[in-house]
Amino acid sequence: MATLVNHPDEVKIVSRRFGQGAANIDRYLELDGYKAVQKALELGPDGIIAEMKASNLRGRGGAGFPTGLKWSFVPKESAKPKYVLCNGDESEPGTCKDRLIFEHDPHSVIEGAMIAAIAVGSHAAYIYIRGEYRYLLEIMQKAIADAYAKGFAGKNIFGSGYDLEVYWHGGAGAYEVGEESALMESLEGKRGVPRIRPPFPAVVGLWGGPTVINNAETLASVPHVLLMGGKAYAEVGVERNGGTRLFSLSGHLARPGVYELPLGYSLRKAIYEVGGGVANGRQLKAVVPGGSSTPCLKADEIDIALDFDSTMKAGTMLGSGGIVVLDDQTCIVKFALRTIQFYRHESCGWCIPCREGTDWLQKSLKRFHAGGGVAKDIDNIRYLAENMLGRTFCPLGDAAAMPILGFVKKFREEFEAHLDGRPCPFGQHDAPHALPVLSH
Amino acid sequence: MKFSDQLEARFAGMITHYPARRSLLVPFLLYSQDEYGYVTDEVIAELSRRLEITELDIRNVISYYSMLRTKPAGRFNVQVCTNICCLLRGGEEMLAHAREKLGVQVNKGITPDGMFSVEEVECIGACSWAPAMQVNYTFHENLTPEKIDKILDDYRSEAAHK
Repeated sequence: MATLVNHPDEVKIVSRRFGQGAANIDRYLELDGYKAVQKALELGPDGIIAEMKASNLRGRGGAGFPTGLKWSFVPKESAKPKYVLCNGDESEPGTCKDRLIFEHDPHSVIEGAMIAAIAVGSHAAYIYIRGEYRYLLEIMQKAIADAYAKGFAGKNIFGSGYDLEVYWHGGAGAYEVGEESALMESLEGKRGVPRIRPPFPAVVGLWGGPTVINNAETLASVPHVLLMGGKAYAEVGVERNGGTRLFSLSGHLARPGVYELPLGYSLRKAIYEVGGGVANGRQLKAVVPGGSSTPCLKADEIDIALDFDSTMKAGTMLGSGGIVVLDDQTCIVKFALRTIQFYRHESCGWCIPCREGTDWLQKSLKRFHAGGGVAKDIDNIRYLAENMLGRTFCPLGDAAAMPILGFVKKFREEFEAHLDGRPCPFGQHDAPHALPVLSH
Repeated sequence: MKFSDQLEARFAGMITHYPARRSLLVPFLLYSQDEYGYVTDEVIAELSRRLEITELDIRNVISYYSMLRTKPAGRFNVQVCTNICCLLRGGEEMLAHAREKLGVQVNKGITPDGMFSVEEVECIGACSWAPAMQVNYTFHENLTPEKIDKILDDYRSEAAHK
C-alpha cells in the first residue's frame, strides 16, 4: 500500500525484492530465497557468527549494537530453551521502513530469524509485529504457513535434522514494547514494563531462556550477509558500519519516502538529492536524523555521514533511520511540545524520572507555546530533561529527554521569542499551508 | 461465555504457540475486540478462567495497550495521526476536519448512527506518506481534507450496501 520510491544513489540490498511479489514464497525462491538459511546450516554456529562479525552489521532498531557480537553472547549450553525474537514493533516516530519489509519481503525476516536461531542453537523464533500493522501480520501469517508447507520450518528443516519452529505474535499498541525487555514482557502476556538488567536477554530473556532479539530490518539483512559474504557486505558501508540502511525520509521534503542508502552516505545529499530538498522553495531549519528521540541538527550541521559513529560524534544518533526535515516556517517549540506529548503518552510510569519528567515537560512546553512562559522556564525545561537522562530502567526516559534538550540548546532564541505573552511567531498553520507537496 | 467459532479457532491455534498460556493474551484481546467491538467483561472473565490469571491482571494489561478499549467505538474508528511527521504535513488539520465532518468529539463519542468515532493517535508508521490515518486497520495516506471526505463517504455507502 505504501508507495515505493527510487533514487540512483540507492544500493538495494534489503529492498532488492520490493515490488517484485516476493511475499509469494515461489517468487521469493526465484529471487534466491531460502538459500542463505541452507548455507547457514552448512556453516554452523561458529561459521555464521564469523560472517556476521565480518559484515559489521549493526542493529537497525536504533542502538547500533553489532549483531554478530550480540549473537555470540548467547551461551552454547542452556538448561532452558533458547529463543530468537524479531522486533517488529516499529513505532519510533519518523520510522516506516519495517512496514515495507513485512509487506514486500516477509520471508527475508523469517529466513533471517532462522539463521539467527541456527547461530545460537535455538529451536523457536517469534516474529512480533505491532498491532496497528494488522495487514502485515496477516501477510506474515501466510508467509509462515507457506514456509511450513514447503518444509522449510518445523521438524528437520531442509533435511538437516535441525528442528526450528517459527511463530507470529501481534502487539496492541505500545511504543515502549519496542524496547527489548518490554517486548519480552509483552510476549509473555503482560504490560510492557521493562526489566532491570543484568541479567541481559542473551542470558535470561523470554520465559527465562537465553534470547536473541533483533530488529526486523536487521534480520532481513542477515540472509544477504550470508549470500554476499560478510566481507563484501561490510564493504558496502564504511568502517565499523557495514551495509545499507532503509532511511525513512519525511517532513518538509519534496520527495519523502523510504530509500536504501549505504551507511556513510551524506546527510546533506540525503536531504537535497535523494529527498528532493526542502519543499515549496523554503529553507531548511533543522533535521531530526534518526527518529523522534534523536537530538536535532541545525541547517549548518548537516555535513555529516549517516553512520552510527559520525552521528554520535555530531552529538546525535543514527537511531532508527527516520530522517525528519523541518522547514524555516516550523515552530520548534510546537514541534518540541508534540514530541514530548508522544513520550508522555507512551511512558509506562514505572520509573519516576520518566513518568514525572515527561508530564512536567509537556505542561511546561504547552504553557510556553500558548504564550504563558516565563524566562526561567527555559532553564527549567533543560533541568528537567537533564535529570531524566540515564535514570530510568529503559531508554524511553532518555528518548524523551534527548530531543527536548537538543531543541532548547540549539533554538533557545525561538523559546525566547514566545516569552511575555507573545503569540507564536509562526502562527497557526492551516492545512494548505502545511501541505507542501503530496506524492500520489 | 462461549467464544464465537472464529475466536475459538484463534484461541486453539494460538495457545500451542507458547510454553506459557498467558502469552496469547495481548494479541487475543485485540482479536476479541475486533469481534465484539471492545474487550467485554465476559471475555475478560472467560480468559481469566482459561488462562488461570485474575481479571484484575487482565485489566491491568488492557490498560497498558493503547489499542485495547473496554467501551464501544464506532463501527469505523477513524484514527488520525498527529505525531511529528504528520504534524509537519497537516495532521492536526486533518484531525479537525474529520472531527468537524463527523460531528463527534475526539477520543470520545460515536456518531448517532453508530458508524464513526474519531481518535487522535500516535505514530502509525506512515511518516513518509504523511499525513495519514487508519480506519480500523486500513491505512489512508497522503491525506487532504477532500480525500478524507471521500474516504468517509465511501465507508458510509459501503456500510449502507451491506
